[in-house]
Amino acid sequence: MKRYKAQGIDIVDSMHKASGAKKWTLKEKLFLGLTPQQYIAQALRNPFNWILAVIFAVGLPIIAGRFLFGLSWVTHSSCDYPWGLFLGFGLFGMVPLSSSGFQLGTTCEVFGRHDFEPIERLALLNGLLGYFFAVCFLLVDLGQPWRLPYPMVVAFGPAAVLFLVAWHVATYLSVQIAEVSVAFFEWIGFPVGKRAVRKIVLGLTVAGIILSTLHQGALGALFTYAPGKVHPLWYSASFQWLHFFVSSIPGGLCMVIVVSTIASKTMSWRCDDRFRNNLDKLTIALAKGASMGLATYLTIKLIGIAHDNKWAYLATGWGAWYAVEMIGGVVLPLILFAVAIRNNKVGLVRFSAVLTVVGVVLNRLNTSMFTFNWKLSEREIPHWREIVICITLYAIYITVYRFILARLPILYTWKTADETVPVTEKQAGYLALERAKPEPVGTYCSRIEESIPATHYTTRKE
Amino acid sequence: MKRRDFLKACMMCGAATSLGISNKAWGAGSFEGYPDGMGVLVDLTRCVGCRSCEAACNKEQNLPAPQVPFDDKSVFEEKRRPTEAAYTVVNKFDDKQGGGPVYRKVQCNHCNEPACLTSCFVNAYTKTKEGAVIYNPKICVGCRNCMIACPFNVPGYSYSSAFNPVVKKCIFCYDTRLKNGKPPACVEICPQEVLTFGHRNELIKVGHERIRETPDKYVDHIYGEKEVGGTGWLYLSGVTFDRVGFDTTLGNDPIISNVKEFLGTVPMVLSIWPALFTGFHLLSTRNKDHSDHGDSHSEQEDPKP
Repeated sequence: MKRYKAQGIDIVDSMHKASGAKKWTLKEKLFLGLTPQQYIAQALRNPFNWILAVIFAVGLPIIAGRFLFGLSWVTHSSCDYPWGLFLGFGLFGMVPLSSSGFQLGTTCEVFGRHDFEPIERLALLNGLLGYFFAVCFLLVDLGQPWRLPYPMVVAFGPAAVLFLVAWHVATYLSVQIAEVSVAFFEWIGFPVGKRAVRKIVLGLTVAGIILSTLHQGALGALFTYAPGKVHPLWYSASFQWLHFFVSSIPGGLCMVIVVSTIASKTMSWRCDDRFRNNLDKLTIALAKGASMGLATYLTIKLIGIAHDNKWAYLATGWGAWYAVEMIGGVVLPLILFAVAIRNNKVGLVRFSAVLTVVGVVLNRLNTSMFTFNWKLSEREIPHWREIVICITLYAIYITVYRFILARLPILYTWKTADETVPVTEKQAGYLALERAKPEPVGTYCSRIEESIPATHYTTRKE
Repeated sequence: MKRRDFLKACMMCGAATSLGISNKAWGAGSFEGYPDGMGVLVDLTRCVGCRSCEAACNKEQNLPAPQVPFDDKSVFEEKRRPTEAAYTVVNKFDDKQGGGPVYRKVQCNHCNEPACLTSCFVNAYTKTKEGAVIYNPKICVGCRNCMIACPFNVPGYSYSSAFNPVVKKCIFCYDTRLKNGKPPACVEICPQEVLTFGHRNELIKVGHERIRETPDKYVDHIYGEKEVGGTGWLYLSGVTFDRVGFDTTLGNDPIISNVKEFLGTVPMVLSIWPALFTGFHLLSTRNKDHSDHGDSHSEQEDPKP
């Protein structure tokens, strides 16, 4: 893509082609403004696409096989270990990394910190895709995935934590789709829809906070059903939901740092100056938030142990593993963040963000798999097909992520200056008047977004 | 922010709140079991490990033929658990302090307040008034949370089925026997009278009576009388329970009481968060000109003059 851009080929970033008043067609938008030949050529040039192709060639048949031959064909899930990698990694690991949507939404829309806006959409998209693919992992894992809507329509088990998770994830997915749809409406050229969503954005954001608090916590609370099975160091009846919720905060923020780093390195052609120039500053700002989350998390983890007086377990082998998780995934990033923020070292921030993400995922894997059934002598080792399916689903996640980032105005701002406004009958007269006289160049958004006050209209007419 | 926007936001929050609240049932109090609930008293001192209960169960529930025949004692070499192919299994424990081996039958204990039932998000489990915990395969989604939750590791899952995998566990022979007042197949076949079928309340009395009559023979405890809120199946043993594979660390509270701390926070979050965060919003955007951020946001306050 960089090469095409250097050659001066026009990449879609507005409704209209730069050369003239012609609009991009949907097909042209999908091909990013390239011809199909150019598009395919650049896709074939990218070695990462070849890696993806190999993963899909192996993985997709195995996913099909899972639905044809049953779970026992792809997993070692047994009666003692009902949940394997699909849930341990896919659901419990991906959901905390997707809390970015509600956090940046809150920062920008509720707290009015509009300086975070260059990265807000990326965070929202990260949230949406993370949740969506967590549900995909769930669908692969469920015995009868076609019954997924049952808790909504057929039978209710309202005393179950999972019931709350199901409802809240479903509701929150719709909220996130609405939040991200703003970018989609810009891209597709449907300003009415965009305006409608912008009007309810505060409500959506607050709903997002509620739903996130509850289901991030609820995923932790799921393990309070198994007090004797989860190792005491990873279990706390009173704090389990807080541990999961609080660790999702640095998890989500650090995931945004990681994703923005990858995107700015591998898709620099798609980032505009607004994103590029703000990224370092915002990375540091996100790291500040993440360190506060990590510090809180560390505190309540220790309080959790003190609360039930579990210090003795720290001296066991499990305790050593616990120390690895806590020091490598919480304490070390916390120190590195402090050093990096103080000395304004963005690279170090990014490194410790990766550590934090790994630490959060490791915590979820530890809780749901590695230390689960710690009293039993046998440990479950995932089947190789289970690992392949996880890699494949994650590759699909990356592909979709990249597909959307390349198209929707997430990393760049939709240029709207030369937009003609879709005219309603009522506005027609007004617009004709507007066009007739020269006007200081306004941006599209300020023109189309505002409603035309009646008084305004009449005075002009006179 | 205009008043209209504020009201809209409030309505959104209200909708979210009521949605959440309508999803939860708050009245999960402690439940002592149905008064006429049936149970089985298992006397481990009488069991000789003949496995005829396993055979009877297999026949009654139309389970697949076992890989090892029921008269083969080699299965005792390892500890087994109930699976989708065997709803009950007998394990052998060598008593190191003299005495012969102790056999222990494992099956669903039919808890008064079952963890599988309370963890199920489609309510596939039912505790019947007869005391059985039964399962509805027609609505089970297959999340297997019940298997995570069961403190006794009872439910099995038919992983090998591609199109209709379901949970498989002992249902107290509910459909074929218990409903009609008959004891389950394993009880009926037992040649040693290890298993006594009756009202749970009566069985507790019987158990304590046996302990009182021959205190040397028994440990002074009925496993299941109080464990995890009480179970329908009760155990008497001559050796301490942890030596014959029982989890003695479970405590007397039903599993759901661990979860209640979280469930208790749900209404708090639902009712406080909307007000708290809209309040934050009003405070943090007070006296600020909204139009100063050059993003494509609709701001209706500043129409062009």
